[in-house]
Amino acid sequence: MSKIDISRIAKLANIPLDDENKNKLEEQLLETIYYIESLQEINTDGKEPTNQVTGLKNIFREDIISKSFSQEEALRNSSCTEKGMFKVKAILSSD
Amino acid sequence: MKLNQLTIKEAGEGLRAKKFSSLEITEAVFNQIDNVENKINAFVTITKEEALINAKEADIRLAKNDDLPLLGIPIAIKDNFCTIGVRTTASSKLLDNFIPQYDATVVKRLKESGMVLLGKTNLDAWAHGSSTETSDYGSSKNPWNIDYLPGGSSGGSAACIAADEAIGAIGSETAGSIRQPASWCGVVGLKPTYGRVSRYGVIAMASSLDSPGPITKTVEDSALLFDVISGHDVHDATSSPIPPISIANDIKKSIDPITIGISDDYFDGVDDEVKKIVENAIFQFEKLGAKIKKISLFAPKYAIAVYTILQRSEVSSNLARYDGIRYGNDRSFFEEEARRRIILGTYTLSAGYYDQYYNKALKVRTVIIENFNEAFKEVDIILSPTSPSTALPLGSTKNHPMFGEIADMLVEPSSIAGLPGISIPCGFSSIGLPIGMQLIGPQFSEALIVRAAYLFEQSTEWHKVKPNI
Repeated sequence: MSKIDISRIAKLANIPLDDENKNKLEEQLLETIYYIESLQEINTDGKEPTNQVTGLKNIFREDIISKSFSQEEALRNSSCTEKGMFKVKAILSSD
Repeated sequence: MKLNQLTIKEAGEGLRAKKFSSLEITEAVFNQIDNVENKINAFVTITKEEALINAKEADIRLAKNDDLPLLGIPIAIKDNFCTIGVRTTASSKLLDNFIPQYDATVVKRLKESGMVLLGKTNLDAWAHGSSTETSDYGSSKNPWNIDYLPGGSSGGSAACIAADEAIGAIGSETAGSIRQPASWCGVVGLKPTYGRVSRYGVIAMASSLDSPGPITKTVEDSALLFDVISGHDVHDATSSPIPPISIANDIKKSIDPITIGISDDYFDGVDDEVKKIVENAIFQFEKLGAKIKKISLFAPKYAIAVYTILQRSEVSSNLARYDGIRYGNDRSFFEEEARRRIILGTYTLSAGYYDQYYNKALKVRTVIIENFNEAFKEVDIILSPTSPSTALPLGSTKNHPMFGEIADMLVEPSSIAGLPGISIPCGFSSIGLPIGMQLIGPQFSEALIVRAAYLFEQSTEWHKVKPNI
């Protein structure tokens, strides 16, 4: 089985990992992948994927505005706010 | 009998008959919490002050003969259900300071039915596990032997019921998280049909599987709580519009002789002691008039693979929202188990692997559903052990990345198919640990499985035995 590029996956998932954790995770992931590989033994020719089991589709509702959080309530759990807004790090830089 | 040992049914009857007050029950429960919680660690947050105020308010309403189903009854809620004004952590330090601005629909319905909220119970962090050992607030302990695990992820809810630290409790199951801890702690756990109980306000694990449900001292109590929490919710798009029927009202109605399906694959790899006790339960059902029929079911070992892929993939997507901006701490607060699941899920969903893993798992899910549909043409319900073993010792999960999936292999196929199941006590091991069996039925057959479970329970004494803590 091919090795997993843990650094790439961790970057995609935005999970900070040190080298020790990377090695440990890689080992454990290979063990887990060993289990999930057994799936390939099952014949699924002609089977449709089941995303969810309820059989419901296209759930619509009227677009009615109902009472929601006040601005103050919505911001209450944030540790970083400014002028009544969430404050986030810049995602674009000049260089 | 002490008031904290009451069932929901007994508490409700006693309160309405004015034999005791809600305040007396609530104080008895907190007394028990004071006595045993240092050993059991079932709760992450205890809301004693508010609970005592709510109990007094309930007593005023009871005096006016207000007739709500749970009026004045102390209930514990798993800490992955949002509770307005009460810290909700999912047992992760990432949410250590998160105080929800709204109630989960399940919590709202319980409050509207008059419950007294006792506090929030421990779970594996983010419900990732089957032991509570991944909780950032320490493992809960099994009340039958505190050197053993209670199971999980709803281990705190199951432990607090076994230890009589609550009258009723709520858990949630993705695959096993209600039934397995109920089995290990010797209590009743009802996992409803997917879509029967709203997921709104439940901290999501795997959205196509998550099912909130009751953990209780008796089968009848699980029906009473189910009746309160089930039903359509506009806030959950996968919540079923099919109107629920009250299952508590009909629980004592005699049932036509049922046919119970047994599959050898569900006894493969199961501890001999568990096997023997569950076989005794099958004989008991025969004595009660049930017909037993051997059936062939999709082997649980393949369900582990399907479940692992679906769950890890959906976890990686659901936990992407925790960025530490709007609430909670940043992503460095995810501990080992969550990191492992997020990384694997990101891998199975990533370009080049989606078809090989996630899409393949969704197709095998179709095969599993078809297999159950065929089985339910021959039998009414399916019976098996809930867990391949009794409770395992503390520390069993260490360096064992697939611990939960193996512990839950017998409940995973039915969860993947969205079916309801109930775990009930059916005996004890030689060292006094509880053994549970599960009854699984077709979608929306809660009334049937609960009536069958009640029939068995009433012909046995297992649910009346209490642990010495």
